[in-house]
Amino acid sequence: MNILVCISNVPDTTTRIKYSADMKSVDYSGVQWIINPWDELALTRAIELKEAHPALVQKITVITAGGADAEPTLRKALACGADDAIRVDAPGGDSLFTATQLAHAVKGEPFDVILCGIESSDYNGSAVGGMLAELLDYNSVSAVSSLNLEGNSVKVTREIDGGKQSIETSAPVVLIVQKGIAINPRIPSMRGIMTARTKPLKVVAAAAASPGSKVVGYQAPPQKSACKMIDPENIDELVHLLHTEARVI
Amino acid sequence: MSVLVYIENRNGKFKKSTYEIVSYGKRLANGLGSSLTLLSIGRVAEDELKNLGAYGAGKILSAETDAPLDDKAYASLIASAAQNSGATLVVMAHNVTGKALAPRVAVRLNAGLVSAVNGLPVSYQPFVVSKKAFSGKSLMQAEITSDIKVITLSQNTAGIETFAGEALIEKIDTSSMTSGTKVVSTEVQTGKILLSEADVVVSGGRGMRSADNWKPLEELAGVLGAATACSRPVSDEGWRPHHEHVGQTGKVVAPNLYFALGISGAIQHLAGISSSKVIVAVNKDPEAPIFSAADYGIVGDLQTVLPKMTEAFRKLKASS
Repeated sequence: MNILVCISNVPDTTTRIKYSADMKSVDYSGVQWIINPWDELALTRAIELKEAHPALVQKITVITAGGADAEPTLRKALACGADDAIRVDAPGGDSLFTATQLAHAVKGEPFDVILCGIESSDYNGSAVGGMLAELLDYNSVSAVSSLNLEGNSVKVTREIDGGKQSIETSAPVVLIVQKGIAINPRIPSMRGIMTARTKPLKVVAAAAASPGSKVVGYQAPPQKSACKMIDPENIDELVHLLHTEARVI
Repeated sequence: MSVLVYIENRNGKFKKSTYEIVSYGKRLANGLGSSLTLLSIGRVAEDELKNLGAYGAGKILSAETDAPLDDKAYASLIASAAQNSGATLVVMAHNVTGKALAPRVAVRLNAGLVSAVNGLPVSYQPFVVSKKAFSGKSLMQAEITSDIKVITLSQNTAGIETFAGEALIEKIDTSSMTSGTKVVSTEVQTGKILLSEADVVVSGGRGMRSADNWKPLEELAGVLGAATACSRPVSDEGWRPHHEHVGQTGKVVAPNLYFALGISGAIQHLAGISSSKVIVAVNKDPEAPIFSAADYGIVGDLQTVLPKMTEAFRKLKASS
């Protein structure tokens, strides 16, 4: 069984977002790039499964759509334990554009389980995994919080509104995963970092694709007014303010 | 031309979020000069469907089936309904189901998708919507350029309006639905207020010190009719279940009132709560970053403050 993990290259979570002077684009200068946190959990689970079932899981491949500047993030995924990497040379674009690029690179390749994080921490789109599944005409399960493999059977837990479901499906399948799939992301070891340098990283040319949406501009979120501090000896004051001033109680 | 809204039921009943998305769909249809069509999948009684008339439902397509959620099968049904009703805009809630289905529907309709939209469009022509980006650190405006458009709506951002009118119900055929996934078992929370639906959320962090200290927090939640939640270290430690984790990689919530108790306010946590209307923070550290995100703050020890809060809210509830 071969597992593919889709990786989004995103600014570090603590990045202060800066914009171009016309507010039409984000200024990425000086930004530290990381593996999208949900994709990192997906990768961690893939590595755990390969370690637990070495006879069953042959290979873990990571893929991203992006420019050459995304390669250090792919190398980091290789250092964590992925076996090889694919970069579709297609930077920019919306979720439809990105999913089309990934589908183009993946179609016909022998991937049995494709893992995507449920969201990326930059555009928070929650879209690429489902789109990829539809473009490949594979089954998909979203909001997956646990994954186990038993022979050819793929066993997952999915979150549903106000509960959870145990689901069984079979390969090929796209699983869109969230918190719980793994708890602590895998951190590269020194040896992992050394071997990652020589692991294969294939660059695939972009496919012809058009996006379905485009960014028009950005705004900084409105500033919060200062926090009103309340004396811990005077809780009635808090209740009074929530009731009469904020009117939320 | 029409707006198609996919509506979800829970055990045959609609929730507040359904009324919100239906009335949002009606306002979109008015803005576009088109009509509103709803699609319900599952078994919902006719009266329950008819009630949606008051929120702007014109026509309701009712796909009666016992088939549980299967991403591919449901998305195929929604896309066909959109095509058959000539929909140019498809709307879903930005919840676990919407996240699963909207991307597949968008591909089937060759449509651009913008998810987690936070209200009515900024403009209809061109079609520009607003949403949060970078986990709440930025607001972004995006134009959907395709002929057919798909959006998902962030919950508790559009508000509920009522309209005069009656809903017309039309049953649609579901006999061709097939599923590639098999549901082995389902576990549903009962008797608890759902985090996704709650107007008030009471959330605890590492400052609660241990799993055993959750009882007073649950008491406060009980008095307020609130859902309980937690920060990431708390769910990682196993003090509380993962589905209660609010934050960047957990749930993003937008209640009217959010209590952050013993939560320092790491940027990852703020990403999950920044859409809350009012935030109350209690922390023993006056320098905790949560106070820069909160509207009301108390510097103090939870062991003494929390029971006092519960008592004070109980008094208020008793008098109102």
